[in-house]
Amino acid sequence: MDVTLTVNGTPHVLNLEDPRVSLLDALRQRLDLTGTKKGCDHGQCGACTVIVNGRRINSCMTLAVMHDGDEITTIEGIGTPGDLAPLQQAFIRHDGFQCGYCTPGQIMSATAMLEEVRQGWPSQMTGDLGRPELTDDEIRERMSGNICRCSCYPNIVDAIRDAAGRTGGTAA
Amino acid sequence: MRAFDYARAQTPADAIGTDARIIAGGTNLLDLMKLQVETPERLIDINHVGLDQVERDGDGLRIGALVRNSDLAAHPAVRQDWPLLSRALLAGASPQLRNRASTGGNLMQRTRCYYFYDLDAPCNKRVPGSGCGAIGGVNRIHAILGASEHCIATYPGDMAVALSALDAVVEVEGPDGRREIPATAFHRLPGDRPDLDNELQPGEMILSVRLPAPLGGRQIYRKVRDRRSYAFALVSVAAAVTMQGGRMDRVRLAFGGVAHKPWRVPAAEQMLAGQAPSAELFDRAAAAVLEGARGQGHNDFKIPLLRRTLAAVLAEAVQESA
Repeated sequence: MDVTLTVNGTPHVLNLEDPRVSLLDALRQRLDLTGTKKGCDHGQCGACTVIVNGRRINSCMTLAVMHDGDEITTIEGIGTPGDLAPLQQAFIRHDGFQCGYCTPGQIMSATAMLEEVRQGWPSQMTGDLGRPELTDDEIRERMSGNICRCSCYPNIVDAIRDAAGRTGGTAA
Repeated sequence: MRAFDYARAQTPADAIGTDARIIAGGTNLLDLMKLQVETPERLIDINHVGLDQVERDGDGLRIGALVRNSDLAAHPAVRQDWPLLSRALLAGASPQLRNRASTGGNLMQRTRCYYFYDLDAPCNKRVPGSGCGAIGGVNRIHAILGASEHCIATYPGDMAVALSALDAVVEVEGPDGRREIPATAFHRLPGDRPDLDNELQPGEMILSVRLPAPLGGRQIYRKVRDRRSYAFALVSVAAAVTMQGGRMDRVRLAFGGVAHKPWRVPAAEQMLAGQAPSAELFDRAAAAVLEGARGQGHNDFKIPLLRRTLAAVLAEAVQESA
């Protein structure tokens, strides 16, 4: 089955005769976009987080064949070494990583998370289910799907708070 | 992962009455397929059949089976009039998973019993007749109510606990037509067929979930677990309580993490309705909920935990809606 994935604005036609290919493996092995990381491969760690049609998802827990026609953004699509996204700059400024393996997933997740907050989505920390404020408790709760085994969590929260403040609440 | 054939449904009719396994968000099914706990020969992808809207249905709501957990939790009408459902959804999984997980798929998710996941262990749910590793094994997360000598697994979800308390109805369609199953009767007890999680029959598909008119009052979902976020419930309590003249009026309670299905005991609700709240009354209601409860060793703590969690939730509910 031929499947068209539009990744970081560029359409790619993939032939997926064997449908067992996860979206993560398609990105890494077929399209050579290795910025997206494979951690647990079971939807538990968040290292594989990408944005599909505007929503952050675990790319390991979905089949590439299920994404024909979808728009996918990976870490390669949000910044380059010469032109880093505000969240990437903030992670460097706040030392929001040690080994760096979870970092692409953290940054993709935070990118979408700030948009969710902008759209007013509640979390379990939003007591009255009303419009959320980006408190540290909200950041921690909303980033709970991204695990950092180096435990850089305090600096990750600092980086996200800083980037949100500099961009008026969005990562763009 | 075992090889399988993949097809994409254009309409619900393409998926109804087939022997293919339905895949929606895939967040549980693909996990189980990678482990070869699930080995379907055919998958049919229903992500493009529609059924992705939340619509008014008289005084209630009709939620399409493909509405994602994140969209449902953030829906203005759900937040306003069925906050118990929003709170239960937001207590489950992670944001990434909620963005994929669907309303129908969430109902169909399978137990997280360790022995169900371990191909080297006996499990009557995975391989009928092979035995139960959890009975006499490590059973900290297992059932205290409604278990059988064949299976002590729990249904792991949060959304269905809220749907049970809210008297939701699951609309399904099969080759013989449509039917409705109350949310309280959708999941089943293990008995001697723990391989069957629920009442959905082969060839049937979930179309939507209907919520009746709002209950009002104070609505609380309290989930007790090993960490504050992104963990399954050890015990959860869904409560909707209205007050009238200092007395509890309408009371709806459902419990998660304690049985093979969301647990609801109407007798306990009736015991509270029309009464002035008191710690002693809450304790008697908990005793009614826990009638027949039995620990398996490691999970004995769930019995007092349910009692205390219910008391705390009721104390909060009557205080804030008084």
